[in-house]
Amino acid sequence: MVKCIDLHKSYGQTIALQGVSFEVNAGEIFGIIGPDGAGKTTLFRILTTLILANQGSATVNGFDVVKDYREIRKCVGYMPGRFSLYQDLTVEENLEFFATVFNTTVEENYELIKDIYQQIEPFKKRRAGKLSGGMKQKLALSCALIHKPTVLFLDEPTTGVDPVSRKEFWGMLKKLKAQGITILVSTPYMDEASLCDRIALIQKGKFLSIDTPLNIVNQYKNQLWAVRSMNMSKLLNDLRSNKSFENCFAFGDSHHVSIENKKLEIKTLEEYLLKCGHTDIEITEIQPTIEDCFMEISKDTTL
Amino acid sequence: MKQLLSFVRKEFYHILRDKTTILILLLMPIIQIILFGFALTTEVKDTRVAVLIPQSDEITTKLVERIHASSYFDVVNTIQSSYEIQKTFRDSQAKLVLVFENDFAAKLKHDGIAHIQLIADATDPNAATSFTFYVSNIIASYQQDMIGTMKNPYQITPEVKMLYNPQMIGAFNFVPGVLGMILILICAMMTSIAIVREKEKGTMEILLVSPMRPIYTILAKITPYFVLSCINFLTIIILSVFVLKVPIAGSFFTLVIISMLYIFVALALGLLISTLTESQVAAMLISGMALMIPVMLLSGMIFPIENMPLPLQIFSNVIPARWYISAVKLVMIQGLGFSAIIKEMLVLSFMAITLIVISLKKFKVRLE
Repeated sequence: MVKCIDLHKSYGQTIALQGVSFEVNAGEIFGIIGPDGAGKTTLFRILTTLILANQGSATVNGFDVVKDYREIRKCVGYMPGRFSLYQDLTVEENLEFFATVFNTTVEENYELIKDIYQQIEPFKKRRAGKLSGGMKQKLALSCALIHKPTVLFLDEPTTGVDPVSRKEFWGMLKKLKAQGITILVSTPYMDEASLCDRIALIQKGKFLSIDTPLNIVNQYKNQLWAVRSMNMSKLLNDLRSNKSFENCFAFGDSHHVSIENKKLEIKTLEEYLLKCGHTDIEITEIQPTIEDCFMEISKDTTL
Repeated sequence: MKQLLSFVRKEFYHILRDKTTILILLLMPIIQIILFGFALTTEVKDTRVAVLIPQSDEITTKLVERIHASSYFDVVNTIQSSYEIQKTFRDSQAKLVLVFENDFAAKLKHDGIAHIQLIADATDPNAATSFTFYVSNIIASYQQDMIGTMKNPYQITPEVKMLYNPQMIGAFNFVPGVLGMILILICAMMTSIAIVREKEKGTMEILLVSPMRPIYTILAKITPYFVLSCINFLTIIILSVFVLKVPIAGSFFTLVIISMLYIFVALALGLLISTLTESQVAAMLISGMALMIPVMLLSGMIFPIENMPLPLQIFSNVIPARWYISAVKLVMIQGLGFSAIIKEMLVLSFMAITLIVISLKKFKVRLE
């Protein structure tokens, strides 16, 4: 459905994409995972024909993004990262406007958006600017879907949305996928990666790895320990100052230390930390998450 | 077509829901007309005059009476000596002092000549010139009336007639000016802001990724402001005809035609500005600086073009308002027909076509 070959893009001195190639199959949810400034939005804008790549080519639905941009604009749905609907128009007016822009009517494709739109329908007379973050996002998705697109581009749809709404949102994507819509979604949240069929890890304009979330996690070769103690910030410093444990990242309530497989025992680490004066030490072996993989891979390809 | 209609309706929602802006847009022409018409007036009306008459006699009394009776002047003060003249001006008691010669009537009868000195407050030189000119005229007309009684039947009094604006009413000059300014302001500034706002708010991104043709976007943006401009045009015309008593000497139809053409030029200009700027503030500044000021200063609205240095005179040719104001003066004030404004029509049409072509070429179908 979507195919990119060696895309390059730079804005003056700033390089946004440096050689991105990938392919998205029909009917899959393809996640593009990476931190802010990795080039996700640039990639989406090239694919939605909003900007031109400096080098490389891309097709959406078999149409070239440069030559056949008119065709692409007819068949894709695009939800930009920033809430981009008319704040001074009501929910209903926004939806109707976008329906006519795409030469269709709300009634014609109501089935597709029914599940999503029903949740905001009680507020249909409210101005879009006065909606909560989660409702805005549902309205934006309804507007992007109203013309029944074959490919849906969602640029960071869950940024700034509460955890419950985020979960709901992914549930909606699953349903859309069941209707045969191909979905490209970008997110900075690693925990959402496992909800995609396949993901691409992107950093500094380069794809680090493209695979299913499961394969990416399985490819993680090292063993991983979650470490906690009374003094977490001193713990991080102590871990990083020791050559054996320097692959250490702060992860919420614990630090994750990755060790080359079978090289060290948990006991060794415990002894070292005791020597440093830590109390209440807790070390558990854990299964890697996508985020651990991302850290590991991005470290390998020191950019 | 349905796309376009729905887009136009959306634009009207935007405008009508922004209460402050719509109020400003509708009230601006009214306020400007009233300001120019009543506050910033340059016409001569009830100007205060003081007189210094050494010996009052039949002729001086009649002359003073006549001056006082005219609607231009009010004789408010009679002063006793020349020492008081300075004081009269300094205290703003009068703008003009008439000093009669000694034995005024006697000298006129015996020598056939007598003098009146007109002293005017020339801090406003244009006004001072008008005052002296008006008084001279009144005196001349008095002289004319006296011819029968005098022994000098061949005396010739020069008669100056002010063509088209005999009372030198300021409104005759500024109504076309205000029209030229308001229309360019609303069309150019508001259209450019409306288009740039879509870019700034990110909605342009969605509109671009849709089958909507850019020409529809442009048309939809232009339509509401075109309607608004027409309302403003009518407001100004109604106010100037009924409140300021500036009649439409020529054909109303011709006036409408040339105004539509001018509105078209202004809309095209707004479109061009919107393709060159990325933010509403930039669009506002460009329309403000690049349109407002030249329109006010170089269109002949405030300063006559003939009095400008040559480079500015040449530059004024590229300002649409200059041609429009000139055409409105010809049609509305002088009452000339369509054939008199062919040159203006051609220049404005040329500008409209050029601007439309450039801005359509420049209109981006992508974000960059």
